[in-house]
Amino acid sequence: MNQPASAYFIEERHDPNETHTLAVLVQNEPGVLARVIGLFSGRGYNIESLTVSETEAQKHLSRITIVTTGTPMVIAQIKNQLDRMIPVYQVVDMTQTRRSIERELAMVKVRGQGEHRVEALRLADAFRARVIDATTESFVFEITGNTDKINQFIDLMRPLGLVEVSRTGVAAIGRGPEGM
Amino acid sequence: MSDKSHDPNQMTGAAMIVRALIDHGVTDIFGYPGGAVLPIYDEIFQQSEVQHILVRHEQGAGHAAEGYARSTGKPGVALVTSGPGATNMVTPLTDALMDSIPLVCISGQVPTHLIGNDAFQECDTVGITRPCTKHNWLVRDVNDLAKVLHEAFYVATSGRPGPVLVDVPKDVQFATGTYHPPRKSDVHRSYAPRVKGDATQIRKAVSLLANAKRPVIYSGGGVINSGPEATKLLRELVEFTGFPITSTLMGLGAYPASGKNWLGMLGMHGTYEANMTMHDCDVMLCVGARFDDRITGRVDAFSPNSKKIHIDIDPSSINKNIRVDVPIIGDCGNILGDILQVFKAEAKKPDIKSWWQQIAQWRARNSLYYKKSNDVILPQHAIQSLFEATRGRDTYITTEVGQHQMWAAQFYGFEEPHRWMTSGGLGTMGYGLPAAVGVQVAHPDSLVIDIAGDASVQMTMQEMSTAVQYELPIKIFILNNQYMGMVRQWQQLLHGNRLSHSYSEALPDFVKLAEAYGAVGLQVHKPGDLDGAIKEMISVKRPVLFDCRVAALENCFPMIPSGKAHNEMLLPEQANDEATAKAFAGGKALV
Repeated sequence: MNQPASAYFIEERHDPNETHTLAVLVQNEPGVLARVIGLFSGRGYNIESLTVSETEAQKHLSRITIVTTGTPMVIAQIKNQLDRMIPVYQVVDMTQTRRSIERELAMVKVRGQGEHRVEALRLADAFRARVIDATTESFVFEITGNTDKINQFIDLMRPLGLVEVSRTGVAAIGRGPEGM
Repeated sequence: MSDKSHDPNQMTGAAMIVRALIDHGVTDIFGYPGGAVLPIYDEIFQQSEVQHILVRHEQGAGHAAEGYARSTGKPGVALVTSGPGATNMVTPLTDALMDSIPLVCISGQVPTHLIGNDAFQECDTVGITRPCTKHNWLVRDVNDLAKVLHEAFYVATSGRPGPVLVDVPKDVQFATGTYHPPRKSDVHRSYAPRVKGDATQIRKAVSLLANAKRPVIYSGGGVINSGPEATKLLRELVEFTGFPITSTLMGLGAYPASGKNWLGMLGMHGTYEANMTMHDCDVMLCVGARFDDRITGRVDAFSPNSKKIHIDIDPSSINKNIRVDVPIIGDCGNILGDILQVFKAEAKKPDIKSWWQQIAQWRARNSLYYKKSNDVILPQHAIQSLFEATRGRDTYITTEVGQHQMWAAQFYGFEEPHRWMTSGGLGTMGYGLPAAVGVQVAHPDSLVIDIAGDASVQMTMQEMSTAVQYELPIKIFILNNQYMGMVRQWQQLLHGNRLSHSYSEALPDFVKLAEAYGAVGLQVHKPGDLDGAIKEMISVKRPVLFDCRVAALENCFPMIPSGKAHNEMLLPEQANDEATAKAFAGGKALV
């Protein structure tokens, strides 16, 4: 192909994409989530998972956990762009510190009878999923774990009568005694 | 009567707004009234400390405030109503965000109980302006208003400056609450821009600079934003090291154009010597610039063999487009001071005589050459004449966007910062005329000239009426080639000379138009009449529309074809049909 004539078409870096989990501590005020999400859509970054909740009510602090993918340069950009927002206190790359635990909760509804039903229960047991609702023809399982484990469980449930899934998205925290 | 009624800090939201403006030293604001800001206009009417300039369109208020800010270093303030008033501000806010201009916009909003009801002149102002401001606020409680206003001024002017917007519902303007003067606790604790540079990084930078064989300093608008100290230190650094210096469009004036180390502007329409120096250097010191795509050209071929030092107050500017070796985050004035100190104390300046010899060879190519004519005015010649006629005067230049803007940057020599107001990042046609209004308000006795194009100037022409009303003697110097020249240039170079909608048909008679506004119109066709007409323009103490008829098909060179490297510049003498066809081969993608 010929050399393109526009500077806009030459961003041909072939660095491999990485997946990072970012913990963002923000002032809990109107519009703060919109700012964060707007940054991602406006600058073309990916969001694979996003969770947000107030974590310290007295101080009006919320914690946003974002799982994103990009080249190392893009990941660094995302962190810097987040960090310069006025209501953002701190951005921690949980993946880079390599000392973090990530968990996600899913509720998985499975419908079936006979052998399928028994098999679903057996697998749920193996995955340490709890039954939180049951009828004669269905279960709702609650499962907690990292994203891979939940994906694997859902894949196994598919042939056994998977109806629907509700997931919380990833929450992450650092190991050891220190805070963020 | 309760005690509270005697408290001088008890006042309406509208009164708080005017009071906060006064407390922040604001003397002039630009605005347009409407239903949702009437309480504020009522307060403005009853005082005389803040002068209000009535524009003709809210976009004009925004650009005027930008011009005011850029020419003074103080924040510009705009006041607009809800709905269309706010949406008309989107362009200036975005413009100010791209160019890091401190701008405080106060917008009216429908009363809080109507928000979300699709009320008359309602729009989601904070939603719409969120991506085009540094920060914005919707104030729902009058007791939060003072804090928010003070924080707005702080955010706009500190760190990397930028536009902010405060949206104030009408019932909050009417409500009474407690005002307090600015105090530290008004600002988010999460906002603390870094000012001082890291000492280790500064040492690394000095060591690179001291061992450079082919160094270059590349400065940008950040130096000007940092203030007079940064400009002084930049000049001192150049003087001390003897290094060559180039600058972005936004940074012109930080180092004087008459300085002996000046290479001219760099980038797409920069000089050959500036771009070749950037390409071949071994150490690059970037101060307050951001490696924009108009600067770098092709990123993977950008200055391939250099170690790069990048000083920027915004960490997100580091490694955004170009990977750098020594990033230093902080205020560039502060860091330049540290670099100079360490350099003088611990290092010897390198011998770069042979580098200057090389640069002299590039300079000798005379990349800004153009062929003068006795029959028709060349636009470059017009700018040079304007420069000569205003040299040594107290002059401020604004521009619109397009060929005339690039020629102004190439041919008008700026000696001081804050003298050059142009829309760099966003490239807003229609910026220059209202910006000139703002500059003239800030500097009533100075000569303020908008170097304009015939297409751009029509985008905000209505502000001539503002200039006439307030007796602001701005000069609108129109390089009239009857084309959207830069669009046409790209069509000629990239789109097979198919000049799709780039011809300005049915242009107004600018002289009559000026007269219709109550301004002065001048027109010149012949090179021989140019100097006299410019003299007349300067001597008239009223707003002037100067219709300078220039060679219609002249194009702007030198030029780095977009997507090419710095050493693949197209020089004017090479820009014949065959060479341009070759340089632009393979693409039709218009930028």
